[in-house]
Amino acid sequence: MPSPATAGRLPDGVPLVLDATDVSVSFRGSAARWNTVVDSVGLGLERSQVTVLLGESGSGKTVFARTITGMAPRSARVGGSSLFDGVDLLDAPARDLRRLQGDRIGTVPQDPNSSLDPMRRIGGQIVETLLQHGKAPHRAAAKVRAIELLELVHIREPERVARCYPHEVSGGMRQRIAIAVAISCEPELIVADEPSSALDASVGVRVVQLLDDLRTRLGTAILFITHDIGIAALIASQPHDRVAVMLGGRVVELGFAHQVLRNPVHEYTRALIAAEPSADVPRGRLAVVPDDVRTRRDWGPLVDVEPGHAVASAARHEEVA
Amino acid sequence: MSTVLSAEGIVKRFGSFTALDGVSFRLERGHTLGIVGESGSGKSTLGRIVMRLLTPDAGTVRLGDQDLFGLDRRKLRIARRRIQLVPQDPRNALNPTMTVGESLRFQLQAQRVPRSEWTRRSGGLLEQVSLPRDYLHAYPHELSGGQAQRVAIARAIANDPEVLVCDEAVSALDKSVQAQVLNTFAELQSSLGVAMFFISHDLAVVEHLSDDVLVLNRGRTVESGPTRDVLGAPQDPYTRELLEARHSARPA
Repeated sequence: MPSPATAGRLPDGVPLVLDATDVSVSFRGSAARWNTVVDSVGLGLERSQVTVLLGESGSGKTVFARTITGMAPRSARVGGSSLFDGVDLLDAPARDLRRLQGDRIGTVPQDPNSSLDPMRRIGGQIVETLLQHGKAPHRAAAKVRAIELLELVHIREPERVARCYPHEVSGGMRQRIAIAVAISCEPELIVADEPSSALDASVGVRVVQLLDDLRTRLGTAILFITHDIGIAALIASQPHDRVAVMLGGRVVELGFAHQVLRNPVHEYTRALIAAEPSADVPRGRLAVVPDDVRTRRDWGPLVDVEPGHAVASAARHEEVA
Repeated sequence: MSTVLSAEGIVKRFGSFTALDGVSFRLERGHTLGIVGESGSGKSTLGRIVMRLLTPDAGTVRLGDQDLFGLDRRKLRIARRRIQLVPQDPRNALNPTMTVGESLRFQLQAQRVPRSEWTRRSGGLLEQVSLPRDYLHAYPHELSGGQAQRVAIARAIANDPEVLVCDEAVSALDKSVQAQVLNTFAELQSSLGVAMFFISHDLAVVEHLSDDVLVLNRGRTVESGPTRDVLGAPQDPYTRELLEARHSARPA
């Protein structure tokens, strides 16, 4: 019987790309009080596996993902550890982080308009990334590689697109180009923060399928942040993919995708899935997530309910301790 | 059945770009018409035209039996009370310096409701959208997204409009509060008989809430009719593409 501290963790034998343990993040609020936005969250990311962070606005999913990859906001107070190839990203020097980020850890932003430089051609931006991280011996080789990368993310006429400025291509294409930049150095880990939310549904689905395909081909670990249960089900397509449901800075349910999305145990996850609008439900009769569940913060620690599936107990903190 | 809002052959161009090209629809009393399409399909432009915030280059809009674009200023001011907007982002649509009660009274005043009724009516409006009366004293920044959207709905229904134009009215909300607001819309529709012109890119929401659907693609109607028929057995390849994007993204 595993102890609560290890509930929901992967077996010890599994080699992890990134191992975050007991990560807490707080920000200074008014009158020197610290507000905890991420509260002792642990998560292990495995090769060619997708881990979905599912949560609503304010649940701390973005802050958590940024923190464990060494990009915590400067004003944050951070605790815990996040090991990537023996380096703790939570207190590694900036020089070490710079070497890892973009090279071995790629990031796909929510809004590709703000991550691509509007004043520079698309090809040039990919070439710069390749040269910066020493992935090409010279500019001519980097140019060839940039075209290959654009082909890899299904851009038609890559030579023409490489000469375009970001504003000359569609939003879906910009997002695929941002993915091309993220994978240009063949990272071991990609963090994708709501990469499809700003796109039309059919375009977003293609972006998600592209990421899914890349991890199969390149063996990349993907940390995928979303608020959309449908998108979560789409990206977590393999049996070993996992879903972590975040609520108020804590993981309340963690398990393999089919466990969490098909047989949810935590009352918040169940209510969230039941609240999805559907034509099968009579109008005005949609299930509602009760406010006391949505705003409750004192869930108990994660406890295993079946192998690989852990749920925060409904018991209050004090009763467990 | 009586038609409360209809349009015939709407064309709208912005420079050389045609945003709407011959769009027609009919909205019956107490019914919901869902307008679906991807960004750039002309959904919001159509919403602005039926509220007479934009003038079409061709075509007519009728509010009840009146030609919306044939009204003089005085008649337009009265006609506008019958059609109200529920915005996408309620926090930007509510005046941040006014309490909820002040916002509602401002609306009642604009609707020429007698001053003696303001207090009673504004409390009643909040109850209609399932908010306690205490929220009359709250400022918009003190409300959650779902609460602010319900205040925006309360304001829109202040004087029994015939039509609510909802432009992505639940898209900015978290899934857990989206269900509450959708239930509020459904309850209001059955109690007030208000018709809804419901613009959304979310097919699941439209399928749940709409009686009829109009699918727009690049300014043209590609398909329209009862929701069950259009989304159940789509005839047009574009509608099928939209549905595929959703079905593949569903759990189960």
